Parts: sequence; structure tokens; C-alpha cells
Amino acid sequence: MAVFVPTSLEELLTARAERPGLDLVAGGTDLVVEVNFGRHRLEDVASLSRVPELGGWRREGPAGPGGHLVLGSGLTYTEMLDPTLAELLPSLAQAARTVGSPQIRNAGTLGGNLGTASPAGDTLPVLAALEAEVLLGSAAGTRLVPLGEFVTGPKRTALAPDEVILAARVPVARGHQEFLKVGTRNAMVIAVCSVALVLDEQARQVRVGLGSVGPVPIRALEAERFAAEVVDWSTGRFSGGEADLRRFGELVGAAARPIDDHRSIASYRRRAVEVCARRALERTMSRQAA
Amino acid sequence: MSLATPSPSEQGAYRLEVNGRGHDVVDSWAGESLLYVLRNRLGYLGPKNACEQGECGSCSVLLDGRLVCACLVLAASAAGQEIVTVEGLADSEEELSDVQQAFIDHGAVQCGFCTPGLIVAVHDLLGRLPDPTELEVREAISGNLCRCTGYGRIFEAVEAVRRSRLEASS
Repeated sequence: MAVFVPTSLEELLTARAERPGLDLVAGGTDLVVEVNFGRHRLEDVASLSRVPELGGWRREGPAGPGGHLVLGSGLTYTEMLDPTLAELLPSLAQAARTVGSPQIRNAGTLGGNLGTASPAGDTLPVLAALEAEVLLGSAAGTRLVPLGEFVTGPKRTALAPDEVILAARVPVARGHQEFLKVGTRNAMVIAVCSVALVLDEQARQVRVGLGSVGPVPIRALEAERFAAEVVDWSTGRFSGGEADLRRFGELVGAAARPIDDHRSIASYRRRAVEVCARRALERTMSRQAA
Repeated sequence: MSLATPSPSEQGAYRLEVNGRGHDVVDSWAGESLLYVLRNRLGYLGPKNACEQGECGSCSVLLDGRLVCACLVLAASAAGQEIVTVEGLADSEEELSDVQQAFIDHGAVQCGFCTPGLIVAVHDLLGRLPDPTELEVREAISGNLCRCTGYGRIFEAVEAVRRSRLEASS
């Protein structure tokens, strides 16, 4: 048993190729808990914290619509709150701020949230609404997998035993974004449900991602189609009335597939995503003129 | 990384730098957390062991200047990084830091179990944000659970340090 601390991506990918299934640990906020509680038997493990290629974020292509943001898997929640990135991806920053505590946000990473693939992972509904792709790498090369194909079930992903999550690749969208989450307090809380809403003014799309109300992050497609009709695309704001908000909420609730568990009950979750979605759409009315 | 030439941690031996002092750790198990190694191998009893899942903050330390829960860090992965525990915050072992003194002066300590983690978190906060709002203070210590004080006197202590540091720098 050993802890590897690779200092380059090449070293990391070589180790993963030579020992497929080698455990990977980034911030440790998921894996080390499992180890501490004796629920995960640690064999060899590679720490990702010293691999520079996994850190930070960059632009790819044009700065505006048509371009992409490539978010390194080592990006911490604290780094998602950086004002430059938060302005480009406000819903991701809002989600990051609800994660754990300062200690957890300093350690936990985007790649860790993806790799754990918990139904309650706070960035996952955001990445779904942003239509993110996950960039995976191995010694043999890289591949891009849409988020919906990457997360295959609760805590299950399409990551191959010799692969590592390199980044999330997100199209740049111009328009209002919101993230709302329900839990028992403001800090240190695992989502009872969450809603991410992304307006894409270029494509004239409203996209909705739901968290903690299904085995995987859910897109509320019917609700999205309905919402696109009640947004004034010349201003990028919701322009309908109370009945439209109610209808939108109902369609979001209908898309949810919640269960009863120790954190909540299915009926409450369905009701809560309805209310959160309605509020998210309503909040686009307060959008500052660009 | 060549697997034929294992890195030091592969043999369960590595070196940690705690409060500016180097410590050799030998014969360790890969799954040992930084908290375990600090307390049980190196004798740093400031970081407390409570929840072991990052919920309570009583094991808070600074790792390369970032506030983290030592219980969630694999100790071997912290080799080569600078670790600061509550024991290393004052200028010398005989002194208290201004935050430690303020916690005493304002009675911000009852059972004392959460105190070391809170002190480290408050140092981190005031190092980053010398003039925080009340909301920023609340957010900064939201990962440090105290079940005795109700936090009132902790906020008073933070406020006292904020004021005295600002006065000293003006």
C-alpha cells in the first residue's frame, strides 16, 4: 500500500495505466471520510493535489458565445468563487458557496464532485444546465463525454480504470443564471434538492438542471421549452405572469424523480424543486441591463 | 513517476513540516489522516479529533496557508507542504497570539474542545480579510461547531481582534 504524489500529469497517467483502478484523492472530502469510517479499504492511492495540469481554468476559442471555459478538475470550490470566474459562471459560484464550510471549499474540487457523482453533488445540476462535457484522459489519449453520459447512476460514472478526470468543458452562454438549494442550514449541508437555471440568449434557450431529486442530475426539458416562450429575449428576462411561473414550476416538479431517504421525503422534494425553479425564473426579472 | 523507484511515501516514510519544524514519519499506513499523524505520531494535540468527516472543524489547520480539516488530508500527501497548527500561531511557544488572548479575555471558551480549530479559522479569516463584516465572520466560522457558547462571545473576541489590529495598523 502506498501514497503516490505525482507532480505532473504524465506521472499520474502512467501510474493509473500501470495500476488500473488506483484510488485517486484530490481534496479528500469524500474519499478520506470513507477511509476514516472504515467503509473504504485503501490500497494504493494517488494524490492529485500536486499535478499542475489539473488546476485552474482557461478560455478556449472566442471569449463570448461560441467559446468554451475549461475548468480543471483540481479547481476548488473556493476558486469557483473567484470574481473573474464567478462573473462568467454565476450559477457555479452560487453552488460552490453552498458547499460545506470554508475548510471544505478550500479542499474539495470540481473533479471530486464529478468523480463521486453523488446525486446530491452541488455542481452537477449546474454542469447539466450548462451542457458541460467532461474531459477524461489516460496514457492512451483524451475523450470528451457529455455530463449526462458521464454520470451513469448514483455514485457511478463512465470513468475507465486507467482514466483520470482532467476538466469540465463548458460552453460560454450569455444570460442570467441562478442556483437554489434547500437544506437545513446555510452551511455544512447536503442538498435536499437543488435547481440550476441557465439562460442562453444566443440560442434562446432556458436550461434547467435538478439535483438531489433523482439518481443522476436531471434536465427538465419540457419545463425548459415552456420557459423559452415566456422569456423576452430582447432583455433576457422572464416576461410572463403568475400563471406562467406556476406552470413552469409544475413542469419542473414533474421532471423530478425524488425518493424518500434520511434527508427528506419525495413529496417534499418535488414541491421544493417546484418552488425553487419558480423563484429562479422570477429572479431573471431583476437582471441588470448588460 | 517510475514504479521501479518508489517515492519515499511508498515505503510508509515521509517528512512533514509542522510549525516550521521537520518531522520524519516512519512505518505509517497509507490511510492515516494528517490529524492522526499530528496527534498520535507527532504529539501535536492542539488539533482535536471529533467527527473525522470534516463537519466540525475542530481539527482545522493551515496547509500551505489554506484552512483545511486535517482529518480529511492524507498525511503522506502533505509531505513538502507547510503545516501550521494552533501551536504554531503565536510568535513563540511562551506567548499567545492576539486571537488566543482575545478568546480568553472575552470568555469565548467553555469546554474548550472547539477552541483550537476556531482560533486557526479566525487567524485565517483576519489574515485574508482584516475588516470583515458580521456576515463574513459568520461564514468564516460556519464550519467550526461550538455547542457550548452559542457563539456570542466568540464574535466579541473576533471583533476585539479586528479592532485592535486595525488600530495598530492605522
